[in-house]
Amino acid sequence: MTLHLIRRKTVNWVMLSLTGLCTLIASGILFFILGYLAIHGAASLNWNFFTKLPTPVGETGGGMANAIVGSAKLLLLASLFGVPIGFLGGVYLAEFGGSAFSFFVRYTTDLLNGVPSIVIGIFAYTVIVLPQKHFSTLAGGLALGVMMIPIAVRSTEEFLRAVPTSLREGAMALGASKAKTILTVVIPAAKHGILTGIMLDLARVAGETAPLLFTSFSNRFWSPGWEQPTAALPVMIFTYAIAPYEDWHQQAWSAGFVLLALVLTVNIIARIILSKKGPVPR
Amino acid sequence: MAATSTTVASAGPSRPAPSFVQRLRSGDQIAHLITFGAAVVVLLITAWLVFELYTNSVLSRNKFGWKFLFTSTWDPVAGEFGALPFIYGTTVTAALSLLLAIPLGVGAAIFLAELAPPRISDALTFLIELLAAVPSVIIGLLGVFVLIPILRTVEPSIRAVLGWTPLFQGPFYGVSVFSAGVVLAIMIVPFIISISREIILSVPGDQREAALALGATRWETTWDVVVPYARKGIMGSIFLALARALGETMAVTMVIGNDPKIKASLFAPGYSIAAVIANEFTEATGDLYTGALIELGLVLFGLTILINAVARLLVVSTTSQGSAR
Repeated sequence: MTLHLIRRKTVNWVMLSLTGLCTLIASGILFFILGYLAIHGAASLNWNFFTKLPTPVGETGGGMANAIVGSAKLLLLASLFGVPIGFLGGVYLAEFGGSAFSFFVRYTTDLLNGVPSIVIGIFAYTVIVLPQKHFSTLAGGLALGVMMIPIAVRSTEEFLRAVPTSLREGAMALGASKAKTILTVVIPAAKHGILTGIMLDLARVAGETAPLLFTSFSNRFWSPGWEQPTAALPVMIFTYAIAPYEDWHQQAWSAGFVLLALVLTVNIIARIILSKKGPVPR
Repeated sequence: MAATSTTVASAGPSRPAPSFVQRLRSGDQIAHLITFGAAVVVLLITAWLVFELYTNSVLSRNKFGWKFLFTSTWDPVAGEFGALPFIYGTTVTAALSLLLAIPLGVGAAIFLAELAPPRISDALTFLIELLAAVPSVIIGLLGVFVLIPILRTVEPSIRAVLGWTPLFQGPFYGVSVFSAGVVLAIMIVPFIISISREIILSVPGDQREAALALGATRWETTWDVVVPYARKGIMGSIFLALARALGETMAVTMVIGNDPKIKASLFAPGYSIAAVIANEFTEATGDLYTGALIELGLVLFGLTILINAVARLLVVSTTSQGSAR
């Protein structure tokens, strides 16, 4: 009897400690990534990184100014394309939904969210690069835009749903039409949540590499306009990391540090805002 | 005005239908129409995506048929394309990553949901969810320059314990199916933790109290009562993680070795579907080559859609929150 009890207590203690160990490992990985990137990336980070073009192989120095601008342009295009569709779709699901059709839309959105980014890249390639016969910023922006849609839809929907019904009823009781209620009461009430959701959405696609490989491709120089291939930070990290030059590896670390700092800052701020407001959609 | 529910369309069935112009004038119908249009666009884009993948892989599908999935020659020069090595690589790396990530993820989820004080649990979950936001190319960067050197040093001890199995034979160059599995595990663990934790948290408290009152230890309560109760949702989180592992591109491309051969050993380099598309798409010469790569994309699409669909049904059936992921 006592032996049995001792065994049970030992099992209890061992297993519970093991779960603690699992947690320690999982959260330790993040600190490791952060620390390593901070040490390696920040060490070689300098002003040139933000202001200079990449130098030819063998020549030291240079930066990734064109990739930073390229990434910004791609994200701008992506939001112009993805946010309106995603936002309006979310409004539909939250305010006019309720039918079998909206269930279908919701399910499709979730499935689109699960489509591997590289497959979205193929889609943008066949739709824009193939007919135009050249890589372009436009194609990369479209790929990222498609990736933004599902999260924009679902986060807009969730935050609109979180607005209390009494607010809507109040507006309608005052004689406002449904459209007016949505536009002047419901959306303003959910504004912060929706904006934060879109920031998170942007942060996610900012780090995407795979869909850009054969849409916006890459560029060693500035890319004026929207019709030429452009460099982007994540793609530069990839190219520089697998290249055999030590100098390029250093640049890859710097780029990685900048990208990660950007993505994590947005995430931390957004999550702090959201933790006061409700669920965090991903 | 019927303002009882905001989700039900306003017009009742018994009222005479107003004319189209009348309905537009109210503004409600315009708002309905515009947002409805956006919802339809989401559906259209998804359908268009499938259509493009299907039509652009026609050359390869017509030439190889189902054989494409079961042959292992990948010879762009001779125009022979078989997807088996890539399907194998994708499957093995995903399976390996699940093998590593499930115990780690479920264990951590149990700790965070059952043992840790709420404030610590929330803080740690916050950190772990940040890990999910780290871009894949950065995980790949660390994989190449940090993880592979680490694996090189632990490789002899793995070999000493498991070297007798065919899985750990042959030389280890660093880039390998094994490294890809480890990198993937790091990437999917946050998903398993954060979803499983929420599902375990949603298990009613009286389940635990009943078990504890019967004299069960903390662990017995967790393992024999709480976890079985949350089983479906945990399975869902694992399926979601699997779908991600299958479609993950950059990190895998950087550490898997990119060698289209089927080898039993996990220490040998391999290749995955996503990696071959990433590496060869821009270099593909000729429509057949491109077609074969797009067909690989179609295969990957089908695989992830199938697993996602199952996962979402599983998670949705346990909590209403899961569908948002």
